[in-house]
Amino acid sequence: MIQVDVQHRLGSFDLKAQFVSEGRVTALFGRSGSGKTSLVNIIGGLIRPDHAYISLDGDVIVDTKHKVFVPKHRRRVGYVFQEGRLFPHLTVRQNLLYGWWFTPAAKRLGQFPQIIELLGIGHLLDRHPRSLSGGEKQRVAIGRALLATPRLLLMDEPLASLDEARKAEILPYLERLYDETKVPIVYVSHSVPEVARLASTIVVMTDGRVVATGPTADIMARLDLIPFTNLVEAGAVLEAEILEHDEKFGLTVLRLCGGRLWVPRLNGQIPGTKVRVHIRARDVMISTRRPEGLSALNVLRGVVAELGPQCGPILDVRLDCGGQAILARLTRRSVETLGLSQGKPVYAVIKTVGFDRQTLGSAFRQANGADTTAIPI
Amino acid sequence: MFTLTPEEQAAVELSIRVSLWATVTSLPPGLVVAMLLSRGKFWGKSILNGIVFLPLVLPPVVTGYILLLLFGRRGPLGAFLADNFGIVFAFRWTGAALACAVMGFPLLVRALQLSIDAIDRGLEDAAGTLGANSVWIFVTVTLPLILPGIIAGTILSFARAMGEFGATITFVSNIPGETQTLPSAIYTFTQVPGGDVAAFRLTAIAIVVSMSALLTSEAIGYLVGRRLGVEG
Repeated sequence: MIQVDVQHRLGSFDLKAQFVSEGRVTALFGRSGSGKTSLVNIIGGLIRPDHAYISLDGDVIVDTKHKVFVPKHRRRVGYVFQEGRLFPHLTVRQNLLYGWWFTPAAKRLGQFPQIIELLGIGHLLDRHPRSLSGGEKQRVAIGRALLATPRLLLMDEPLASLDEARKAEILPYLERLYDETKVPIVYVSHSVPEVARLASTIVVMTDGRVVATGPTADIMARLDLIPFTNLVEAGAVLEAEILEHDEKFGLTVLRLCGGRLWVPRLNGQIPGTKVRVHIRARDVMISTRRPEGLSALNVLRGVVAELGPQCGPILDVRLDCGGQAILARLTRRSVETLGLSQGKPVYAVIKTVGFDRQTLGSAFRQANGADTTAIPI
Repeated sequence: MFTLTPEEQAAVELSIRVSLWATVTSLPPGLVVAMLLSRGKFWGKSILNGIVFLPLVLPPVVTGYILLLLFGRRGPLGAFLADNFGIVFAFRWTGAALACAVMGFPLLVRALQLSIDAIDRGLEDAAGTLGANSVWIFVTVTLPLILPGIIAGTILSFARAMGEFGATITFVSNIPGETQTLPSAIYTFTQVPGGDVAAFRLTAIAIVVSMSALLTSEAIGYLVGRRLGVEG
């Protein structure tokens, strides 16, 4: 468990944030300049805060009231920086073993080969950082942090400096990270798809304040938080189970909200596996009658649960589909024409091609935070 | 033509010995001062900066005279060191080394300071989060990263020492075999009739030694740069 209560002034910026998370992957989520990086820098010991109380599993690492400040090299808090920060004068192997070397032998996890394999960096060991691609650099940086046997791993936008292809290359490694190492992670990001795929708990930040903390599915389904996160990518995160693969059309069928959802083929997943689905609000249409003669494959039944605040011509709607929330983004005009109001039964129409690699996770954990008994491939 | 007289040979050997000592002994304090000037925030920083760079702008004769006042047999520091540690600078080759070290110090510190300023502090932070305390960070990250600066500074300081004349001759005079370095010897030969050939020989040697130092520094700098992946 991580407990954070921080008050710090940086120039004219005022950081006043507190959160408690039991989550295994806690996402600090918010727009650029919301104070996320400052907060992880304080947790990692790179900034000395004015006032703070920070504890990891009950072990106090900062308590300004009682003049406790554990220096960064004794915190055993791993840090994966946005730019990797590999040592240019050392080989990949020496980089990986840097923190390992400073860890007392008794505390080492004894897992160099496992971590190399987990991150797929075995073939890079004798190279120098300058010859690595951005994605390889980040994987080595993650390995280096893990080999120092941290109690907590901080990741500050580790994918932000990478292009889409490199992001897609690393995301699967990040998804497996907690499940295979059991090191809790605090993940800083302003990307909805990343957070939707990786986080078990989300801490939403804006202007140096925490506006909400909770399980991923709950936070992503809240209409009032959309303005603080990302208008374009907003959407519900749901837990689904793979029913079968449709080889003929290259599709996968998921069980979700008491209905079925066709998505592009999920490679390497067997039926029965739980996956996480991020359905962007802008990819969802609403119909008051069961639509027919429609190209969209996915039609789910539900009722209107909440109408969000107006935002120009746009309005977000939360639907309750068999106990799970789906967000839909409509024009105000449509809402009025359809006469949508709380409790009204409707059909949600979701285009299959609206899903891409960004919105379909292979996460083996549920969006509501509980572990699943899914079978990893 | 190219056989050296014992006197000339002594001057060459002395110059190399003096320059090596001056360079090697000024490196540790040079690192400390460069770190202070680059990273430190303290009262009197600009005064320290001024003292370090003063020999660069003062006439060398003035620097030599100040050294004579401070480190001469009756000077406050000279008397203290002689009485307590038996270290004597005045009119000894050690004094020549001190004069060369002081004259080369600003060049050394400047080169070190530039390379320390150029370090990505983020790498040091990263080392800290991996469990290294500040001493280990300095040894395993800072020092290797400023290696090109150390090499450049050392060579500059060595070259400056090889050429140092004014401060040396003022501080420790021009005693053959003890304080007569290459430049002093050349100067002496140009002052006596028929000394031209000897002066020319020593000049050729000075060029060869200085040129080798520069080429060596280029070569080492290239190798280190390639290892760090920072060269063009």
